[in-house]
Order: sequence, then structure tokens, then C-alpha cells
Amino acid sequence: MSRPEQLAPAEVFYNETESRKYTNNTRIQHIQAKMTLRALELLNLPKDTANFILDIGCGSGLSGEILTEEGDMWIGMDISPDMLATALDREVEGDLLLADIGNGIPFRAGTFDAVISISAIQWLCNADTSNADPKRRLLRFFNTLYASLKRGGKVAAQFYPMNDNQLDQIQSAAKVAGFQGGVVIDDPESKKNKKYYLVLSAGTPDVQI
Amino acid sequence: MKFLTTNFVRCAIKSCDGAVNSFPLKYSEIELVQEEQDFQPEFILGILPRLDWPAILKVAADLGNTSLPSQLPEIDINDPSNEILLKDLHTLLIETQLVQGKMICENCNHVYHIKDSIPNFLLPPHLAN
Ligand SMILES: [Zn+2]
Repeated sequence: MSRPEQLAPAEVFYNETESRKYTNNTRIQHIQAKMTLRALELLNLPKDTANFILDIGCGSGLSGEILTEEGDMWIGMDISPDMLATALDREVEGDLLLADIGNGIPFRAGTFDAVISISAIQWLCNADTSNADPKRRLLRFFNTLYASLKRGGKVAAQFYPMNDNQLDQIQSAAKVAGFQGGVVIDDPESKKNKKYYLVLSAGTPDVQI
Repeated sequence: MKFLTTNFVRCAIKSCDGAVNSFPLKYSEIELVQEEQDFQPEFILGILPRLDWPAILKVAADLGNTSLPSQLPEIDINDPSNEILLKDLHTLLIETQLVQGKMICENCNHVYHIKDSIPNFLLPPHLAN
């Protein structure tokens, strides 16, 4: 099977038909829920407070619903209007933004406690239009992501790197932006279940006075 | 989009990074609805220190509300009368929704549109960073 990001840009691939197919497929829902829970485990957020979380590539809000169950508030960004329309239909709690993450994260400094992303950031590595420069888009993404987090804020992003080169590109752009951390690989021996999580932190927390 | 979100979104264009006028955006021709939401006092308490109150006042004025206090009220979590204040903030920040309208960056004058509660931050190719 070819991977969606090799077929077309995200906003083209996840058209209305694909969005519904994706959202209604119980196997996909199950995998998505599992990856969201794993990402939350990697974030290890305080349980006693409601956290403010950005969901990058929120799609139809499958991960967001889990955040809502956890008592967290979230805002989702996605480039596919059809995915967001599906999220609206499903009456998710979080606010939804139509945006291209390669153009940056349009939030003021220190907005979020944490960032979660499931199966989205590998799209940044694609040069699907003539003026898309993956390297510049990755840097823009990570620089503005870093700024949008409070100091010490964390990122857990599951993604599908196409090859080692993409893995390097993503990690080095994160590092240039100032993030600390790296990649966690779950089930590294299993071709089918192997999963990559980029786990980052934006500096060290401010000292509480 | 919740009123709360206006306190965090800024212009997406790179040349507006750090520009004082790129936040908050200016809200114009906005259609509002009040939508009942679960009251989560701990979330309101958690978000208070992160609010930019002057930006709250400015956006509220864009939407025709000039009756908010000029300073963020002091909240003592042990004082039960603060429940009312937290509920008021909940009504303003969480239940007030911007359904349609325009958001304008006062630094570069770019206009972003809100449609069906979703703000559109996609940039035309010549402004894409
Ligand atoms: Zn601007």
C-alpha cells in the first residue's frame, strides 16, 4: 500500500470521502486512540490540573476526545477543511483552526502547557508544491512551536518518517529551534507495530516564586 | 471559536513575529453565539495567570462589550464568593463563541476569516513563510 503522503498533499488526500473513511474506520480509531494514550504517557502531565494542549493535525478530533476525557482543554490545527468539518459534526470540545503548520504556529508566546500530534509532522518533509521548501517549513514549524509553549512545556508527536534522512531532518530542525529531547521508538523489532514518537521539551520550567 | 482563543492567536505571517500590533488581532463583523459548556473552575483558575487582560479588554471592545473591569480581578480560591467571578469568566471565555467574521492583523493588515466557528489561518502563497 502506498502511504498517503506519497500520493498527494494532506489537504488533497483528506477530502470529504477520505475524512469520513478515516474517522469511521474502527481499526484506525483504535490505533489512533492507542497512540494518543501513549503520547499522553510520554508527556506525563500533572493530573490534578486541567492542561491547555495544542493538537497538531487534529483531523476529526479523535485524539481531542481523549484529551477532553482526561479533563484537559485543547485547540486543534489541521490543513484539511473536510477533516475539520467532520470534527464539527462530531461536536468536539476543542477549538479548531484551519492552518498549514509549515507556515508556523500562530499563537503568542507561552500559550500551551503541551503539544500532542498523531501521524502529522511527516507531511512537513514533503515538497508537494513548487515553492515548498521542506527545510524552511520544518524550521518555521519548530521555531514557532517552541515559542508557543510555556517554558518547560512538552511535545509528544507520533509520526511516520519515510526514511532515516527524514528522521534526521525532523530532529535537527527541533534542535535548532532550541528543543531538548529525541525520538522514542516503540516495538522497534516489529515491522508492523514499530512507532516513532518525537518527545521534546521547550527549555526548563520557570522557577516558581 | 471560543472568546478565550482570541487571547492566544496572533498573525501567522513571519514578518509579524514579535510585532506588538500583531496581537491581539482586530475582530470585525463578528457574529456571536452563547453556547452552554461544562463549568470547569480548575481550568479557569489555571488559565488566569496566562491571560493577557489588556488584550481581553481590547477584543471585548471590538465585540461591543466595554463593561469589563480594567484589571484582572484578584481571585482567592478559598473565598466562596469567587465562584460567581469564575462563572462570569467561564461565560465570557468559554461560552462566548465567535461563529463568523473577520480577524485583522493591525501590523500587516492581513484579513483572516472565521467561518462556521473555524478561523482560517491558511496563507496565500506570496505570504507563506
Ligand atoms: Zn500580520
